[in-house]
Amino acid sequence: MLDEDPSALLPEIILAVAAVVALLLGSYLPRERQWPVRLLTFLACAGGLVATVLAWPSPDRTVFGGTYAIDVATNAGRAIVLVAVVLTLGVSAREFRSSPRESELYVLVLLAALGTVLLTGANDLLLLVAAFLLASIPLYAMAGFAKDDTGTEGALKFYLLGALLGITMLAGATVLFGVGGATAYADIAKPLGSAPGVAVAVGFVGVFAGLLFKMGAVPAHFWVPDVTEGTRPPVAAFLTTVPKIGGVIAAYRLVASGMSETAVDWPLLIAIVAAVTMTLGNLAAFFQRNVRRLLAYSTISQVGYLLMAVVVATRSSLALPGLLFYVGAYTVTNLGAFAVVCALPKAPLIDDYRGLVRRRPWLAVSLAVCLLGLVGTPPTAVFVGKLTVFTAAFDGGFAWLVVVAAVNTVASVFYYLRWIAPAMRSTGDTEAPPVDKWAANTAYVATIASVALGPLAGVALGALHGDLALF
Amino acid sequence: MLSVVVFLPLAAAVVLFAVPRVSARFARWWWVGVSAVEFALIVALWVAAPVSDGYVYEVNLRWIPSVSSGYHIGVDGLSLPLIALTGGLFLACAVYSLRQDKRVRSFAALFLFLETVSLGLFVALDLILFFVFFDLSIVAMYFVIAGWGHRDAARAAVKFFLYTFVGSLALLVGFIALYLSAAPHTFDIVELTRQNPLAGSGWAAGLILLALGVGFAIKTPTVPFHTWLPPAHTEAPAAGSAILAGVLLKMGTYGFVRIAMPILPEAWRRYALVFVIVGVVSVVYGALVALAQRDFKRMIAYTSVNHMGYIVLAVGAAGLVADSAVKARQLAVTGAVTQMVSHGLITGALFLLAGVLYERGGTYDLDRYGGLARTAPRFAGLTAVAAFASLGLPGFSGFIAEFQIFTGSLGAAPVATIVAFLGILITAALFLRAFQKVFLGPSQSAPAADLTVPEAVSITPLLVLTVVIGIFPRFLLDAIEPVSRSVLTLLAR
Repeated sequence: MLDEDPSALLPEIILAVAAVVALLLGSYLPRERQWPVRLLTFLACAGGLVATVLAWPSPDRTVFGGTYAIDVATNAGRAIVLVAVVLTLGVSAREFRSSPRESELYVLVLLAALGTVLLTGANDLLLLVAAFLLASIPLYAMAGFAKDDTGTEGALKFYLLGALLGITMLAGATVLFGVGGATAYADIAKPLGSAPGVAVAVGFVGVFAGLLFKMGAVPAHFWVPDVTEGTRPPVAAFLTTVPKIGGVIAAYRLVASGMSETAVDWPLLIAIVAAVTMTLGNLAAFFQRNVRRLLAYSTISQVGYLLMAVVVATRSSLALPGLLFYVGAYTVTNLGAFAVVCALPKAPLIDDYRGLVRRRPWLAVSLAVCLLGLVGTPPTAVFVGKLTVFTAAFDGGFAWLVVVAAVNTVASVFYYLRWIAPAMRSTGDTEAPPVDKWAANTAYVATIASVALGPLAGVALGALHGDLALF
Repeated sequence: MLSVVVFLPLAAAVVLFAVPRVSARFARWWWVGVSAVEFALIVALWVAAPVSDGYVYEVNLRWIPSVSSGYHIGVDGLSLPLIALTGGLFLACAVYSLRQDKRVRSFAALFLFLETVSLGLFVALDLILFFVFFDLSIVAMYFVIAGWGHRDAARAAVKFFLYTFVGSLALLVGFIALYLSAAPHTFDIVELTRQNPLAGSGWAAGLILLALGVGFAIKTPTVPFHTWLPPAHTEAPAAGSAILAGVLLKMGTYGFVRIAMPILPEAWRRYALVFVIVGVVSVVYGALVALAQRDFKRMIAYTSVNHMGYIVLAVGAAGLVADSAVKARQLAVTGAVTQMVSHGLITGALFLLAGVLYERGGTYDLDRYGGLARTAPRFAGLTAVAAFASLGLPGFSGFIAEFQIFTGSLGAAPVATIVAFLGILITAALFLRAFQKVFLGPSQSAPAADLTVPEAVSITPLLVLTVVIGIFPRFLLDAIEPVSRSVLTLLAR
């Protein structure tokens, strides 16, 4: 029997309605007074968060003919995306205030967030593709939002790669539909188990390619550095964080529900993708002098660690809580690091951070904490995320992947230190650089959250335990 | 109560940062005051410790139940001497730094933070908790070296961080493997020790021991993992070197005795010879390289490699089952723990003295000094005492430790122990030579001022303590001996 209870989708509905209202509101408000749109976006996120928290304890289920799952993964995805949007509001408030298309930016943010949330809950190949499109198209427009050369170039690259991999994804879904006879994960899991392996593998790789693009994982990572460097910093913060949330959770759901019974050795495939992604991201980050490019490669390497949980999706009970916690921890910490970058708009290069601790001590401390957090230094949240994900991978029989990840973590210390070290040195002139107050305060909030989440991990991980809703 | 002791310095550091406009003067005295209170608390803990076999002041709270990791702390005869050493050395550094004038507030806050981290490590009874403190010690020391070091500090700091971070990740992999091998899975050290999860599994236990061994060996450091140590030591500020050598190096050897030996007894016994050999090589190599140094601080850094080698030799010898008496092997473990305390005190003092030397002459180069004893007799006297303590003369704590180590190891590993004896000879030669060059002979440099009051007040108690331990070692050995007995019982499983 079909469960068509719209109230189950309250957070999604709030986001959709807010996007429409924001568009209308933006077209009636005078250009230099568009703060109500910002407020509306914030209220939508707050409302969505409340609805998510209220829905958390209710039992797992699927709605609308099994196409959309409401379970711990969806709820966690909703919460993380909404928090990420709030933090994005913080870093972009000053930069885009009274810009001619301020309200459009927030409409795009809301729509992309909605698409990302749908990705986390999609329990059906067709819905997955639809969510992919909804989560991607607004981002293309956001990437080129400033209408400058670098942004346009990045957006074009982003769009072309996205269009290509979107098509690949659709083709993959078609093949899987062909051999599985259905599109809902619950219905294809069994047929795919007895379907010809090559066809299933082709279909799986096609669908998975689209998700890799969303995450910014190798080999679909080319857009990440260009877009991150080319677009406006607040947009870069959003683009390197939020799509990943949808990408990894959707990948997890795909392999744990839809592909659970196939003979295709997808764990090995994903393990290789994870290993290559983290290694390549790290190596490329080594000698970057531009801080946004460095962060871009760092986010690529982080996806590699995140994918480790997807590898062992069906082999370890720690995989799901580990993944969800890590995604949350990564979101807060990465946005914290980006917030520091946004707070210092006149400092695009590592050299510009020399002596920051003298001039802006708290920003320097936030930067150090967030970057060390990205390394996985305890007791920050990312450490607990890494610990659980590593443990899950070890548990699932991928000890070699854990060793690769550990070696990569050590390598990553090097380039994070290349940034922290000059920032914490007390030399250089003492003239304070201009600071974006909004972004700075956002950086402090994110930093505190990324540290506090670590000791609170017990509670958080407890809430993230659970199974995926299949039927 | 124990938690208060651990987190009091951290709270003090937060206060220091939270109060908006503090003068450097206030920061200095606040630091000294808090360290003194902290040391007094630790002494009180020791004096009031109820006599029992297991852990005292134990606290076990839930932290991350989904991976069975808890906030589990407690002390026994192994950790008590080490936290006392930690408290004492940090107090000495606080007093020594009364003359510090470069960004005092952050310096004090960083050291208070480091004190919490070090204490936390020695009382942690959970692998994850242990790892948290282990990693944070690296981070804090990185900032000490990078922020207040001299000359080539940035490079040395990065090298230190990367090198010890490799070790910490090897540890993490080993810890995860231990967790997964236990049934039910747990990170709790006490529980893991009880379970002995890898009994009877050959190569897996060996691999885990390899991961733990590499992690701890880097931190200790032993040859061939010692190359991070000399630059880190020479570039760090004096107080930083004292803490690095006195406290942080002990984390490695402490890990051997607390984690590797009791949890992996079988593998430890099988590969004990490796530790014996690594220990002996560290002893001889460290001494020889120290002999070749012209830089006073580098010389002390290499003698650390030598002294820590004795500890590795002893814990290795304790694992050799070769028909040596249990009594002797117990002596070796007791000696190893005593050596941790003794080395902390002596090397702490030596590094602070090296700081004094740098303060006077602006260099560590031995050739640039001469005849300092004439103008700075107290400085010369204290350095002489520290040097003799370090080369293990009777009447000092180093003698007690090394005597036990040698006596205990001789039966189990005779050849290795005799080779290690050479180390004492070489260190004697190098300390005498260095002392002669700097303090005796014709005057080479401008007359140097003698020790100031803070310098004397910080260094003297450390040396007094080594003499006290050297003459009345019972109070220390009484604490350690039950632990070395139980470690050997666990090892015999």
